[in-house]
Formats: sequence, structure tokens, C-alpha cells
Amino acid sequence: MLDDFVTRAIVAGLMVAVVAGPLGAFMVWRRMAYFGDTVSHSALLGVALGFLLGMNLNLLVTLVCVMVAVILVFLQRRQELASDTLLGILAHSALSLGLVAVAFVEGLRVDLMAYLFGDILAVTRGDLVGIAIGGGVALVLLILLWRPLLAITVHEELARVEGVPVLPVRLGLMLLIALVIASAMQVVGVLLITALMIIPAATARRFARTPEQMALFGAGFGVLAVLGGIWGSFTHDTPTGPSIVVAAMLAFVVLNFVPWPGARRRRVP
Amino acid sequence: MFGATRPARSAHGQEGPALIQAEALGLERGGRKILDRVSLSVTRGQVVVVIGPNGAGKTSLLRILLGLWQPSSGRIVRVPRMRIGYMPQHVQVDPILPLSVRRFLTLRHRSSESRLREQLRKVGVPGLLDAPIQTLSGGEMQRVLLARALIGEPDLLVLDEPAQGVDVVGQGEVFDLIDRLRRDTGCGVLMVSHELHLVMAAADVVVCINQHVCCTGRPEEVSRHPEYQRLFPDAGAQGIGIYTHHHDHVHDLAGEAKPVSGVSGKAGHAR
Repeated sequence: MLDDFVTRAIVAGLMVAVVAGPLGAFMVWRRMAYFGDTVSHSALLGVALGFLLGMNLNLLVTLVCVMVAVILVFLQRRQELASDTLLGILAHSALSLGLVAVAFVEGLRVDLMAYLFGDILAVTRGDLVGIAIGGGVALVLLILLWRPLLAITVHEELARVEGVPVLPVRLGLMLLIALVIASAMQVVGVLLITALMIIPAATARRFARTPEQMALFGAGFGVLAVLGGIWGSFTHDTPTGPSIVVAAMLAFVVLNFVPWPGARRRRVP
Repeated sequence: MFGATRPARSAHGQEGPALIQAEALGLERGGRKILDRVSLSVTRGQVVVVIGPNGAGKTSLLRILLGLWQPSSGRIVRVPRMRIGYMPQHVQVDPILPLSVRRFLTLRHRSSESRLREQLRKVGVPGLLDAPIQTLSGGEMQRVLLARALIGEPDLLVLDEPAQGVDVVGQGEVFDLIDRLRRDTGCGVLMVSHELHLVMAAADVVVCINQHVCCTGRPEEVSRHPEYQRLFPDAGAQGIGIYTHHHDHVHDLAGEAKPVSGVSGKAGHAR
């Protein structure tokens, strides 16, 4: 069954969507959209290093993303630069560094477009195993960290007084983000990864009454976006990664701005 | 209210071992002295109120006592395994996060349905269990925060400006409530505030700080203390009681009094 490249693409996309949706909910709640963007832009540096060192790409991408995420958190703590300035500097520096590093890899013709915008139709069986491991570890980690993460998201100081180990939980979140970025890179590419996390979660808000519902619905909308994007890409011969993001965007627009009888109004005084 | 476990007022500070005792706490940040040899202690059933003007270091002191910050000098002794219930000054949950009061209360400590209901009834908002937390008014939020602080059955209740954003009537109710809870549960209460008069009426011990401890003692003593009267010139003259000050006029740049309604930009320029 996995011999068919479309089937492999769908399986890869679904695995990524199922973990990207719930993690995306946290990124929305914690206002980390731009943070995630910055970290994912640095993934290309991991790809270049992987080629240079001849090591597993997923592993190096994860490592580089964790490092960048931790450096970011550390720099944000010093508060010498506004957070968005810092992210703006790092996001584009990291991407450019990655592009330059790729150019340094001799005798290698990397298909940059595949890394920047994803190449889900080229997913191999080996890639599927990699995505399954990365996504699976991320999902388990997310379930384990769920309650403490939620507590520090609502009020970090209160959580700390109540005994939540804030630093380990935050580091765990960094690792989670890095794992999902490494897994999702092949599906939508480093430039579009955050979209696959943020958009489905944001779409889910209107229908959710609890944090868990928002996470589950986010996963659901992610799955729909993957299926819709692959179908659209297949029938209209469009690039798959961007098609998935367009599908997610369409769902967001339709479900959020079209009156919907069952949905709860979200306006809060 | 009956069967009060509250110690006699005259016994302030001397009742049993201290739940928490701070000795000569000092804090420096960026070369600036924020706290200078501040000592205080709270025993079971005692309400200790820290007051001081803005920038006096009240919040810094609270953070150190809660263990959120490390002091630069001095030490803190806590009773072993003491449970702290903390009510922060201000909690605002972003509307993007769907969160009911029930989930908010049980973020850290799981609790049974009946206990949750009882807790909310105790703080005077029985019907809010399933309300989205973002729809609460300021006063309701303060009560829910208090309920969350109480869920873990704390030995020490730490409150940061508990009546912030609540109107004057509501403030009185919040302090009555804290007083009642202290009697019912016998926990110690440490509170930071600048709502001087209401707070002082509820206090056993008042610690007035302005980087260092200016004066400390029973509310009546502190209110008569020259240091206190210097820090709060308005308050000293009024004594303890409910102090309301209605501004029916403001002063313009020339010092002329004019009605409050004329304050807003355009009316002011029209003159």
C-alpha cells in the first residue's frame, strides 16, 4: 500500500497534522507564531550541517532547532531588544545562514525549493519512519507536558508558586517545537511550517469550549487541510506544500467569517 | 465566625512558631537598593499586611517570600512542607484560550465537583463554575483567584493587592471574606496593599515599608506612627476607617479649581 507515492504523501501529511494541530494551539495561546517561524527558518542550517557531516538530517535539524530555540529564550530574557526585533533579526539571519551553508556543501545540488516549500510527494518509506518517530515522540511529550504547560500558559508565576517546574517544562516545549519542525519540513517546507501549526488551531478556536477540544479540533482541521491540499495539488497540478496551506487558510476563512449556526460567539467584553 | 481559631489581637506575632519568617532581607537590582534589611513573620491565623508607597518594594518583597526571586542578602525560614496559596494581583486570560472557571481552578490541583462548588460558594460566586473565565467581572475574577488559592488547602495565603480593580463596596466584601476564611481555616495571611484603611481594619499586624521597615505593629499603633504619617500624609489625619475621597473639582495649570466634567481635553482647551 505504501508503494504508491500519493499514499505515502497522505500518510506523512496526516502524521504531521495530528501533532502540529495540538502544538499549534499552544503556539497560539502563548503568542509564539513568530517564534516558531524563527526556529523553523533555522532548520535549513540543520540540513546543511547534516550534509556536511554526513549525518541524519532529521536529527541535525532537531538539534539545530532546539539550540536556536534555547538561545532565543535566553536572549529574550535579557530584554535588551524588543522581542519582535530579536525574532526579526534571527529569523532572517538563520535562513540566510542556512542558504549560505548549503552553498558551501561541495558537489551537492540540493533542491532548495524542496526544503523551503516542502516536497511531500517525494517522501520515501525511510522518511515515513523518521516522521513517525519524530512525530510520535513529540505527541507523547505533548501529552506528558499538557497540564503543566497549560498552567504556565495561563499564569507562569502562579504555576511556579504552585510547584510547576517551569524551566524544564519550557525546555520541553522547545524540544517539541523542534521535533515537529523536523518532521514537518518535508511536508510543507521550512517557510510554511508555522502555518500548518497556527492556522488549524486558530480555526478550531470558534468551536472549542475547552483547551483539549481546541487541540483536537486543530488536529482535525490540519488533517482536512492536508487531504484537501494533496487533492488540490493532484487535480490542479499545483505545488503540494503551498496547496496544503491554502486549504488550511480557506477552512479558516470559511469557518470564521461565515455565520455558523452551531458556533458559539467568541466576543468577550 | 463561631469557634474562631483566631488568636487574640494582642498576641500579634507571638502565636506559635512562624509559618514563614524573613530575616534581614536585602535586594539589589542593577546597583539600586530595592529592599534593605526587611524582616517579618507570619504565624497561623494571623493577618499581616505590608503597606508602603509606590516603589517601596512591596511586590519585590512578596516575590522573594514566595520563592520567585532570590534575595541578595538575608534568609527566609519556612515551616517544613508549608503549602502556599497565592493570589496574584492581576490575571488576564487571553480570549483565544477557551478556559472555564472549573478548568482554571483545577489547573494544578485536581478537585472533586463538590469541593469546587463549595469553594466557589465560600468566596461568594456559586454559579460561575462553567462560565468562560474571560467573561468574569473584576470582582468575580478576584473571588475566583481567591478560590484557586484556597483549593490546595494552604497553610499560608499570600495576596497581592487583593482588592485591585474592585469597587469600594466590593473591596469591603473581599476583606471581610479574607477575615472569615482566616478564622475558618486558621491559615496565616500575608497581604500587600495600598488600600490603606480597609486593609488596616482587617490586619493583626501592619508592616509599613519604604525599602526598609519604617514601622510595624498593630494597625492603631502604625497609623499614629510619625513615619507612617510622613509616608501617607492624607491617611494619617483620617485615622482608621473607610476613607473615600471624591474629587468634585480638579486644578488647572493656573491653580484654578474647575469641575471634573471639564477635565477632558476639548473642554479644557475651550477655556
